[in-house]
Amino acid sequence: MCNLPIKGVFLLIIKTEGITKKFKDLVAVDHIDLSIDEGEIFGLLGPNGAGKTTLLSMLATLLPLTEGAAQVNGFDVRQKPSSVRKSIGMVFQAPSSDEILTGWENLYLHALMFGVPKDLRRQRIDEVLQLVDLKDRANERVKTYSGGMRRRLELARGLLHKPKILFLDEPTLGLDPQTREHIWEYIERLSKEEKVTILITTHYMEEADSLCDRVAVIDHGKIIALDSPANLKMNLGKSMIKARVENPNLDLIKALPYVNKVESKDGEVTIHLSEAGNHIQEVLCNLGNASYVELREPTLNDVFLQLTGKEIRSASAETIEEQYAKGYNA
Amino acid sequence: MSELSGFYALWYREVKVFLRERSRIISSLVTPLIWLVAFGGGLGSIVGGGGSQAFYGVSYQAFIFPGVLMLTVLFTSIFFGLYIVWDKKVDFFKEVLVAPLSRLTLFSGKMMGGCTDSLLQAAILLILGVFFGISYTITSLPITIFFVLCMAAGTVSLGLAIGSQMTSFEGFGLVQSFVVLPLYFLSGALFPLTNLPGWLMTVTRLNPLTYIVDGMRGALLGIYQFSPWLDAGIALGFMAVFIAIGTFAFMKMSS
Repeated sequence: MCNLPIKGVFLLIIKTEGITKKFKDLVAVDHIDLSIDEGEIFGLLGPNGAGKTTLLSMLATLLPLTEGAAQVNGFDVRQKPSSVRKSIGMVFQAPSSDEILTGWENLYLHALMFGVPKDLRRQRIDEVLQLVDLKDRANERVKTYSGGMRRRLELARGLLHKPKILFLDEPTLGLDPQTREHIWEYIERLSKEEKVTILITTHYMEEADSLCDRVAVIDHGKIIALDSPANLKMNLGKSMIKARVENPNLDLIKALPYVNKVESKDGEVTIHLSEAGNHIQEVLCNLGNASYVELREPTLNDVFLQLTGKEIRSASAETIEEQYAKGYNA
Repeated sequence: MSELSGFYALWYREVKVFLRERSRIISSLVTPLIWLVAFGGGLGSIVGGGGSQAFYGVSYQAFIFPGVLMLTVLFTSIFFGLYIVWDKKVDFFKEVLVAPLSRLTLFSGKMMGGCTDSLLQAAILLILGVFFGISYTITSLPITIFFVLCMAAGTVSLGLAIGSQMTSFEGFGLVQSFVVLPLYFLSGALFPLTNLPGWLMTVTRLNPLTYIVDGMRGALLGIYQFSPWLDAGIALGFMAVFIAIGTFAFMKMSS
């Protein structure tokens, strides 16, 4: 049933070919080809409105495809939506647990709806509660839970029916930084202990960086880069210098053998170095009089900036497309 | 099998939520009691003192009791159905939509949940009925419950059909003004259908709830304007038509 060879490749758990979604005139997802291996934590990183949630919704059979094809766990999303749904667990962007019910009841309902066999229900609920450390609060109403606890409950719920793949749509949206790191630990634990493939959308670089084995950077419905976070950053060099200099000697710097790339904008110079910080002295001497210098390793935000010319954070909060994407549940 | 346990899950959720929100149960009983005590008592003191022939020898309060029972079921059921808009807003329903269940199962689970809620409300009101001059027999109670069930299934389905196509609460007022209140006031719930002006006569006879009230009033008080078989037939037809419309609306609802 699982891991059918798709074009001769084993262990490919998600595969899309030219998957496209159009909302009227707007192309939310634009011919994306994606291959995700079993057991990976795969990240879709991009600003709000890049098409991440739309892509996820299509893979979860919640939205029909405009064009292209997709297979999840070997099942075609158009032809076998029910088998796809049984193969996946989904954690939505917005809280989707029932506040009036207890944590245990929420899990019990999910077990019933996803056809967990009767004799396994209680045992399985216990297992997932243990996994997210919610056992002692299981019989309290979800209304009394904190944001982080609700997320954990929803993670547990997504795993209840032993899916092969877990879809996490912005799993730490709206949580404070401390809770966010806490949730990351749980996600890593789920991936290890349940051996589940995780597909995660996020617009937090730190999240993609610390969690994901591979990251696809998405903008305007297209994948603009795909690699491990380390390799993505490596392409920019091992370290970078930001300096504020009047009349910098850019040509001199560019000629240095270990300099990958130099950019100058509004009096601020960004220099990407292929090696770590041991050349900083030489660079600064050649650059001119700097009033401010910063040396650091590149982040995924720099990668995004490099690829698109804009920062992830500065992208508009909610575009028309994202509202369309939300329209499917409204 | 999974459809069956899914159906059970949806029903279980509705009943749990209903029983847990006691304030909702209590507040929804206040409206019918105000109708019976204030309206029935106040207007009844003028139009129908004990044994007035206008109300077939029963008190006005007793006369409108079946109508108020219908009102309770109508309000509970329609707004239960419309409540699906809220489910969609808080994303709880997304979790249901992503489950490997057919739309028919989703609809029937929701619908039966709503019917159970309405039936429980009606049961409380029926118990209170003894204070308003209603007495029950072995046949009157099951017949009344039959009409309550048809009414509940039909109006829950109507509410779900409207709610599944709505995206915000803005439509609630419209439903209240153009569906709920006309259905109630133009049904003979509050007045006998004899001696009505011609246009009102026509309108009440076109309203299926007229026959449901008539069936309940016939069972509880022995006052029939139509044949009991006609009442029962229209009640069943009303239920069937709206279940079909509701199922269709669920199939069409975008996930």
